[in-house]
Amino acid sequence: MASNIPKKKPVNKMVFMGLVSLALYGALLLNQDIINNYIGKGGFNAFLPIVTAFIFSFVHGSFTGNFWTVLGVEAAKKKKKEVK
Amino acid sequence: MHDIAQAASNFISLDAGNVIYLFLVGFVGGLVSGFIGSGGAFVMTPAMMSMGVPGLVAVASNMCHKFPKALIGAIKRAKYGQVDVKIGIVLGISAEAGVLYGAHIQESIKQRFGEAGSNLYVSVAFVVILAVVGIFVLRDAWKTYKSGNTNEEEKVTKLAKWVQSVNIPGTMVYFKSLNARISVLFTIPLGFATGMLAATIAVGGFIGVPAMIYVLGAPSLMASASELVIAFVMGLGGSLKYAMHGLVDIRLAMIILAGSLFGIQLGAIGTTYVKPFMIKVVMGVIMVIVLFSRGLMVPVYLSQLGLIETLSDGTTRLLKNVSFAIMIFALVLGAFIVLRAMWQGRRAEQLAAEEAVAHVKM
Repeated sequence: MASNIPKKKPVNKMVFMGLVSLALYGALLLNQDIINNYIGKGGFNAFLPIVTAFIFSFVHGSFTGNFWTVLGVEAAKKKKKEVK
Repeated sequence: MHDIAQAASNFISLDAGNVIYLFLVGFVGGLVSGFIGSGGAFVMTPAMMSMGVPGLVAVASNMCHKFPKALIGAIKRAKYGQVDVKIGIVLGISAEAGVLYGAHIQESIKQRFGEAGSNLYVSVAFVVILAVVGIFVLRDAWKTYKSGNTNEEEKVTKLAKWVQSVNIPGTMVYFKSLNARISVLFTIPLGFATGMLAATIAVGGFIGVPAMIYVLGAPSLMASASELVIAFVMGLGGSLKYAMHGLVDIRLAMIILAGSLFGIQLGAIGTTYVKPFMIKVVMGVIMVIVLFSRGLMVPVYLSQLGLIETLSDGTTRLLKNVSFAIMIFALVLGAFIVLRAMWQGRRAEQLAAEEAVAHVKM
């Protein structure tokens, strides 16, 4: 009955990614004038918002995923098998 | 280019209230998107504009939050085996062409009939498409509910069976979501229409998901999950286009993303607890309510174009506010249905587990 063994919750990973995410948002909002100035120029600088979006989505996405897991909100076990 | 520079210099200053507002709208929008594959975006643009963000910057920033959100949602739902990446990419590429063409039509209408004409076109597109597709989707969900076959596998429509039976040599591609080979000559116009709708009303999924279900024959869960791949492809291309003109306000995009990544994970988890027809229920309900929201704005634009009697400022303001409130209501109601269905699913699973334990003890 492997399913009855409680899984270890990714608390450390959640805290780490949460802190990195917080730092990213802090850096973005504290330097908003400089960042807006660069991005507002457009042209070649177009890669800046795209790269930023990818980095934020990776870090914050990992944090939010672990956040729900730590809270115990996970996918239904039965349905998961059915769909596959 | 002058307009673009002007718009770029119009990046608004943010206060705590604005940040919380965007975060919450992002969360609810993300929750709905994680569940039905799209939605939410139609509220983001007016929500940003209500804060004083210029229209083009709002559209660009919305687009820039959409593609990373869709990426995370697609990855999450792929873990549940619900994503058909191939159909998402194939439809996404033709959707990209649809976005460009849709944007071109928008620009032509704006040049010829001005801002009011462009808004009228958007509202009429909203009303007509949502009325036809929304009522169809809702009716189908209702029929499934009434028949009591909510647990049974979804039936492939006659149209989809025909589409899957047509063999056009050199154009056939196998898609796992359909478990069939179909001609890309069918997917191209569907993707194109999805893109055109995305460029017009910001939510291509209102065409994309029903098209995958009813025209191609994909199950609801796979259609809504694969829509996230389409949204990623379209959003990435669109963001790049707007970013080249310096129109993306990355702060707005990332704050909405902060909320929506909480929401999209939850919405994706929710799909594993509900019966497939619930995807249609949520989508249909949102579509039909939003249709009323946009319908209310039609007289405002008709009046601005001088096609009907001029409305007073008070009436115009009232219609605008009620329209926006209905749109928010549509999104919140959708989120409520998702959370309720998820809660019930979790309760049923817990009860079944408790019963199983009690049975073993006996």
